[in-house]
Amino acid sequence: MNRSWSFLIGVLATILFSMAGLVLVPNWQFQELQPVVDDNEVAHPVKPEGSTYLGRQVYISEGCIYCHSQQVRSSDFGADIARNWGTRRSVARDYIYDQPHLMGTMRTGPDLANIGARQPSREWHYLHLFNPQITSEGSVMPPFRFLFKKVEVESVSGAERRSKWIQIPAKYTGAGKPMYLLPTQRASDLVDYLLSLDHSYDLPEAHQ
Amino acid sequence: MSTLVLSPGPAPSLEDDVITRIQIDRSCRQTVLGYYASAVFWLLFGTAAALISSIKLHHPEFLGSWEWVTFGRIRSVHLNTVVYGWSSMVGIGSLLWLQARLCKVRLPHRIVLPSTVMIWNFAVIWGVYELLAGNSTGVEWLEFPTRVLTFFGYVLLVLFWTSLTMFSRRRVRHTYVSQWYLFGSVVWFPILYVAAVLLPATGLVSGAAWATTNWWYAHNVLGLYITPMGLAAAYYLIPKVTGQPIHSYHLSLLGFWANALFYSWIGTHHLVGGPLPAWIITVGIVGSIMMFVPVITVAINHHMTMVGRFHLLRTSPTLRFTVFGAMCYTAVSFQGSFEALRSVSQVAHFTHYTVAHAHLGMYAFYTMIMFGAMYYVIPRLTRNEWSSPRLIKVHFWTCALGIGLYFVALSWAGWYQGLMMNDPGVPFMKVVEYTKPYLVARSLAGTMMTTGHVAFAILIFRILHSSSVPLVGPTLFTTMRGEMR
Repeated sequence: MNRSWSFLIGVLATILFSMAGLVLVPNWQFQELQPVVDDNEVAHPVKPEGSTYLGRQVYISEGCIYCHSQQVRSSDFGADIARNWGTRRSVARDYIYDQPHLMGTMRTGPDLANIGARQPSREWHYLHLFNPQITSEGSVMPPFRFLFKKVEVESVSGAERRSKWIQIPAKYTGAGKPMYLLPTQRASDLVDYLLSLDHSYDLPEAHQ
Repeated sequence: MSTLVLSPGPAPSLEDDVITRIQIDRSCRQTVLGYYASAVFWLLFGTAAALISSIKLHHPEFLGSWEWVTFGRIRSVHLNTVVYGWSSMVGIGSLLWLQARLCKVRLPHRIVLPSTVMIWNFAVIWGVYELLAGNSTGVEWLEFPTRVLTFFGYVLLVLFWTSLTMFSRRRVRHTYVSQWYLFGSVVWFPILYVAAVLLPATGLVSGAAWATTNWWYAHNVLGLYITPMGLAAAYYLIPKVTGQPIHSYHLSLLGFWANALFYSWIGTHHLVGGPLPAWIITVGIVGSIMMFVPVITVAINHHMTMVGRFHLLRTSPTLRFTVFGAMCYTAVSFQGSFEALRSVSQVAHFTHYTVAHAHLGMYAFYTMIMFGAMYYVIPRLTRNEWSSPRLIKVHFWTCALGIGLYFVALSWAGWYQGLMMNDPGVPFMKVVEYTKPYLVARSLAGTMMTTGHVAFAILIFRILHSSSVPLVGPTLFTTMRGEMR
């Protein structure tokens, strides 16, 4: 029976040892990380709140993470920075408000850690989400038509309406009348989140 | 103690031994067949989800208007059903039977255990529903809602208790290597699962440490839960079918402890180049390289047991599936160790190369061994025989060639995808275009594997119905003299 006990202790020790090393110690090491305040007195990273938070939930719900990472590797490791996916490498401090982390492990599509800085056009994001072929021909990204209402009208009147509706390029509407997209609340939140993804603020440890 | 099979005494006669086995098998029948039948259902379900995901990756308009099956949802349905549905349930079924046989005791807790089949299925169904409805947690490998934990946790507790009961009542002095691995799975997985779900959910772990927790869990699911069950089955089946004892007891001891010690640290190799301190990544790489120790010991042990008996692969379905899986264990582990190196990871990380590697492990290694185990165990539980050697052949060859094509196509595509992505002169869309033909090849490979799974499901359906072939002799590909049956 002695050997059974030493077996059980050994089995428990290995798992708890690695849990201490890969879960508890990193967490303890990152706990002291605080946001940095820039010259305009804005703290970075920015905590996702309101529509940005809701948009993040849409990002999780639709599984964007399975094709898009959110981490920039340093300039001597891959071509992330040369591809303009970021101006500096990502560091642990960029993720202090990430619940859960969305670092990702796959790049079927490009990295999105700085998509807000790289592609600040709201309209581009709406068209891209509605049908990726409009903005990126040949893309294998799925269409997110269900996040939009499609409206077929003779003409759009009223300044407010025009600002919310996005015209689909004629090439993608088939024949006839112009078509407009009306983003749902979820599409609007998701784009708010994407536009908020911007790690271009400076952190000292990113240069070490 | 009603579960004792034989009265204590001198060595039992051969006849007693056979009766003992029949009694043990009978005690396992309901629970193990419950786990196995559920596993096959989830295998088919998970395969369908896989095929839909695969087609979507080269034809994004396929089922494109239906939010519930958008790529990001159906892909995680695939992963979670094959991990928690198929792999877990076939593993638990095999684990219970192996432990009962190796301890020479009847399966205890026969009221509680069959109910765990229902509870586990319920948890997976609930999880799949939540994923399809868009309520994923967003944590890879832990996408099911946090509250599913209660159900999985309960079943895992029952399994731990059952294992302890069987071990403490065991009628065999010697503890075989398979039992160490099985007991390891039973202890490790609940700790992993509960810690990885509860620590972040309660806010004790957050931010970048959530990522290390995530990959500590996700890779240990493979190394300390799936792999031990697969190796336990291989360690049992290869000597059983060949009639040859395992090559070296000491090697298997070294292999077990080296696996436990090194595998538990390698998860962070999924974050190489990522936003974490160098030491965390380095620990993962060192662990990965040290994995050569247990892998080589297991490979030597299995190979030396097979030496001189490779001709049996022509005859025995169990052995053919199991040895295929055992060989792929060596292959996937060697590949994994190299893949963790910074220089390799710089290219292979974030690409389809990793996906190919994952399937070499979960499918070519684990799933194939579990097929072998089911071919061995189910006739003993049902007292029926497999109805058609031809269908078994279809099952083996479509799956073996399918995973072969899958692995070659995606590894090639992934490696060049990585090289092209690391060259800033290549536009991103060029990289996407380059991978497309290989993604079509993956769908083709997936179709082959689906065919094999359907053939297997037909065999399972027939053997579970009493109209099947009664147990006279085993269904073999060829008889020992090489005649076709």
